[in-house]
Amino acid sequence: MEKSSKSALVIGGGIAGIQAALDLADMGIHVDMVEKKPSIGGRMAQLDKTFPTNDCSICILAPKLSECYRHPNITLHAYSEVQKVEGTAGNFTVEILKRARYVKESECINCGLCAEKCPMRVEDEFDRELRKRRAIYMYYLQGVPAIMTIDKEKCLWFTKNACRICEKACEKEAIDFDQQDQTITLNNVGSIVVATGYNLIEDFEKEALNIYGYGKFRNVVTALEFERMECASGPQGGHIKRFSDGVTPKKIAFLQCIGSRSDRYKKYCSSICCMYTTKEAMIAYEHDNSLESYVFYIDMRAGGKGFQSFLRRGASDYNIDYIKSKIAQIDIDKDENPIIVYEDYDDGKIKQLKVDLVVLATCIIPPEGIEDMAKLLGIELNDYNFIKTTPFIPVETSKNGIFTCGCVHEPMDIPRSVTEASGAAARAAEVIRGG
Amino acid sequence: MTEEEKKEDDVRVGVFICHCGSNIGGLIDCKGLADYAGTLPGVTHSEDNLYTCSETGLTAIKTAIKENNLNRVVVASCTPRTHEPLFRECVSEAGLNPYLFNFVNIRDQCTWVHMKDAEGAYAKAADLVKMGVAKAEKLEPLDMIKLDINQVGLVIGGGVTGISAALNLSRQGFKTYLIEKEAQLGGRLNNLYKLFPHDIDASEIVNRLISNANNPKNLEVLTSTQIVNIHGFVGNYEVEITQNGNNKTLKVGTIIVAVGSSLLDPKGLFGYNGQNIITQYELEPKLKNNQIKAKDIVMIQCAGSRNDKRPYCSSVCCMTALKNALIIKEKNPDTHISILFRDLYTPGTEYEEYYRKAREKGIIFINYDVDRNPNVEENQVRVYNEYIGEDMLIPYDLLVLSTPLVANTDNKVLAQMLKVPTESNNFFLEAHVKLRPSDFATAGVFIGGSAKWPVDITESIAQGYSAASRASTILSHKTIEVDGATSNLPVYNKNLCSGCEICMKVCPFHAIVKNEDDEIEIIEALCKGCGVCGATCTNQAIVIKHFTDDQIMSEILAYGGK
Ligand SMILES: Cc1cc2nc3c(=O)[nH]c(=O)nc-3n(C[C@H](O)[C@H](O)[C@H](O)COP(=O)(O)OP(=O)(O)OC[C@H]3O[C@@H](n4cnc5c(N)ncnc54)[C@H](O)[C@@H]3O)c2cc1C
Ligand SMILES: Cc1cc2nc3c(=O)[nH]c(=O)nc-3n(C[C@H](O)[C@H](O)[C@H](O)COP(=O)(O)OP(=O)(O)OC[C@H]3O[C@@H](n4cnc5c(N)ncnc54)[C@H](O)[C@@H]3O)c2cc1C
Ligand code: SF4
Ligand code: SF4
Ligand code: SF4
Repeated sequence: MEKSSKSALVIGGGIAGIQAALDLADMGIHVDMVEKKPSIGGRMAQLDKTFPTNDCSICILAPKLSECYRHPNITLHAYSEVQKVEGTAGNFTVEILKRARYVKESECINCGLCAEKCPMRVEDEFDRELRKRRAIYMYYLQGVPAIMTIDKEKCLWFTKNACRICEKACEKEAIDFDQQDQTITLNNVGSIVVATGYNLIEDFEKEALNIYGYGKFRNVVTALEFERMECASGPQGGHIKRFSDGVTPKKIAFLQCIGSRSDRYKKYCSSICCMYTTKEAMIAYEHDNSLESYVFYIDMRAGGKGFQSFLRRGASDYNIDYIKSKIAQIDIDKDENPIIVYEDYDDGKIKQLKVDLVVLATCIIPPEGIEDMAKLLGIELNDYNFIKTTPFIPVETSKNGIFTCGCVHEPMDIPRSVTEASGAAARAAEVIRGG
Repeated sequence: MTEEEKKEDDVRVGVFICHCGSNIGGLIDCKGLADYAGTLPGVTHSEDNLYTCSETGLTAIKTAIKENNLNRVVVASCTPRTHEPLFRECVSEAGLNPYLFNFVNIRDQCTWVHMKDAEGAYAKAADLVKMGVAKAEKLEPLDMIKLDINQVGLVIGGGVTGISAALNLSRQGFKTYLIEKEAQLGGRLNNLYKLFPHDIDASEIVNRLISNANNPKNLEVLTSTQIVNIHGFVGNYEVEITQNGNNKTLKVGTIIVAVGSSLLDPKGLFGYNGQNIITQYELEPKLKNNQIKAKDIVMIQCAGSRNDKRPYCSSVCCMTALKNALIIKEKNPDTHISILFRDLYTPGTEYEEYYRKAREKGIIFINYDVDRNPNVEENQVRVYNEYIGEDMLIPYDLLVLSTPLVANTDNKVLAQMLKVPTESNNFFLEAHVKLRPSDFATAGVFIGGSAKWPVDITESIAQGYSAASRASTILSHKTIEVDGATSNLPVYNKNLCSGCEICMKVCPFHAIVKNEDDEIEIIEALCKGCGVCGATCTNQAIVIKHFTDDQIMSEILAYGGK
């Protein structure tokens, strides 16, 4: 196959976008990848371990990040956004806004001296605000590209015209307060793959978690927070501790379908929570073998490869009790131990259970800015604001030449995101190669 | 080979000890281990990194190679399974031959398995590092093997998965063969009525796919065709087929397996009789022909699945039951339909909506527990309802069993021809569940659709495209490089070989043959470097590159062997 003169654009650098880009690049097609955050990796970088094989998430992701960064056919535009898209399948023109990091990419060696000295502490978004970072920061430890970024909204120089301590700390003279945003124009883009992933319901509709005491009771956390709590590089250094008293929980309740399958919030099922909950309980058990876990669920949804065996192992080897039930309410006692009141579907009785910690499996929702993105690209969204796809063809959007994969069109796990990513790449290649 | 790499007595080893976050560093003292490594003979540089595989860590390796003139690199970290290619590429970017890199596994083999014994884990890690350094000194640069690629694709199985894969490859511009053993394409869809979740006629989808398949240039559809045998290796497969008694050999570069699945034989399940107790699959044509007049219908989910014998969820049966129940309700709203289920599997946006619709239309859902299976009696089903704590009796004049998709019985035969594995339920097993869902471990062979696991049409199509994409990453090139660490019968050892052919028999990949001159010849492209031949050869004629006797002995000696 001759090297194509047309390139592909991949929007979103989560596992789906990464896989799509790698496949296209390995076919000999040039790819421009646009990622909004300072580093690629998406949600998978935030996870501790991943079902169904429970291997360490960042460990298996890191080689992919590197591959994406080094691949001769991939140009990575991190900390960037798509600004304008014109044209049609086979020939789009795309304008990208590359935001200033105020750090020279060619100089920064990620030694961390600057961040050590930076006096400004900021809520760390990557760690779900469970700890603080500095105004100059790496998005996360293993992030790619491994370059610092100055958070302009928070930096004392930009907000108060004082400081510039990082500039002095940096031995490489990498800090550049005069850096400007840049506009990059890409011509001859044959096809586009949209893989901008998902957010969680607590990001925009925290009230959906109110009745479970989230925000009010310190020992009620979300599943993604719990991933960070379990993670070695997370805010607790991998030692799970309650926020009320720093004590390791011995009894954890996992509540399913928070905001999902609900008349009030989202009607749909988030698909992956039954599985990741079992995983989180297993990992917590591995941290501490005296742990008891209780999973409060409506239906256990585990249809993927090896998933049923995974649940069986959870029950037999990891001390997980699955309770088909409906949660009525949550209270706390004087020691801030959550008390769960629920209706047990097995016998129809109302029961109570006191635990040390509650973990909420919250609903997956379309990513921030999806409406603008859809407008920009001229593609349609479905009733739930996920990207609308052609019946039976999950990688096809409503517009020719624009494809999609991963959670941006429907909640799904990593195996399926990766599969669809390759699928979207195959179709994108078809357009580029004139098929 | 540069002069630098050649001189064994001038080896300069760099050792990098990875903390792997806390996976390793949480249990043992990585800094101390790095210091210890620094004292080993031949080591000119050692350091520890929080994540050696991060961009920061990789930069550290490259910098150290340049600054210290390193000509061997040892990384002690997680596992070569996921990380060896990355480090090899890293050292080669710094100008070293990639085979001058050695991996030492101190996570899986030390801190994970000896999680409860930190001291022991450290001692073992130190030994392994010492051995790894000793081996590194003996490493020799190797070349990757360059193979020509036959830029032609082949797909086995003409269901939705296979058709999607073949159409995509041909439209990408590759000559593609689609092999179907039946007389027509379409697979399972040929016998279905409407399709969830869009309520389109199955025939409409099949016809659309088939008319597309009959069109494009590049695509050659071969129906009523069987695979007889498969030889070769990535880029160069020879597939023997037979069509109406005529045999033919197709030369292709990649193979996609899309042979779909079969249906469970329902005999003996819940009083199955093929009359008023039937399967969903048997119900479909009856619905199509408008033959369903029953007034009381009961459907039983997980009939034959999610039990000890078949411990998996077939994932399409809940939706199939909902679909067929809704079709019946639509035609005849007075029909009573009860669905007995364990967990209703309707994940995602559209499927959950379907479930809601079914409830709104008055379909009754009754939960049962696997320990108390429903009991089918004459004209009624007895099911224990845990909620009310007693048996319920539900009358039926039609009982429909939702039986699972099962693996084809002949999967094993095909798997053997392709040298790919199957899992415990006999479905095909991919290379990595999460990150390589469409690849087999065998290069150039790919998998998709219900041959891998029960999936619906939407996922089958995505998987068909996915397999095509993976195949295209190979077919797009005229040549490809594969691992150079293979078995070898060096010229200087030819006199040792007695021609006993034992190696030919033991090689699981059929990589060893006798050539025209009656000499043993190793086809490097087929060899996976497993080492079986080398260990078996009684005359020690065979050398396994990168695992030579000398290299392995050096490790043993370093450990303390004599
Ligand atoms: C608590 C929890 C645990 C989980 N555990 C598991 C598990 O164990 N196993 C498993 O298989 N799955 C698990 N998952 C699911 C997994 O996270 C997803 O399947 C996967 O991350 C989806 O990848 P993605 O690429 O589609 O989306 P994402 O990972 O969300 O990536 C999307 C990327 O696009 C970027 N982006 C967003 N908007 C824009 C824009 N406008 N322009 C440019 N870039 C943009 C984002 O910054 C991000 O980098 C879990 C999910 C949760 C919530
Ligand atoms: C009762 C029932 C109802 C269903 N309803 C729906 C629905 O409404 N919506 C939905 O999305 N899904 C539905 N499904 C699931 C759907 O049937 C599968 O998702 C789909 O058929 C999988 O496609 P496939 O190509 O992987 O396999 P198949 O359709 O099984 O096709 C495999 C093809 O490979 C051929 N083949 C096998 N072995 C060889 C060989 N050695 N050499 C050459 N050719 C070979 C076969 O002859 C066949 O043509 C239903 C399934 C059942 C059982
Ligand atoms: S001090 Fe300079 S080189 Fe070091 S991380 Fe900060 S900006 Fe980069
Ligand atoms: S100038 Fe901004 S980023 Fe630099 S040290 Fe000060 S607050 Fe931190
Ligand atoms: S090393 Fe293994 S694969 Fe290679 S020739 Fe020997 S037995 Fe066959």
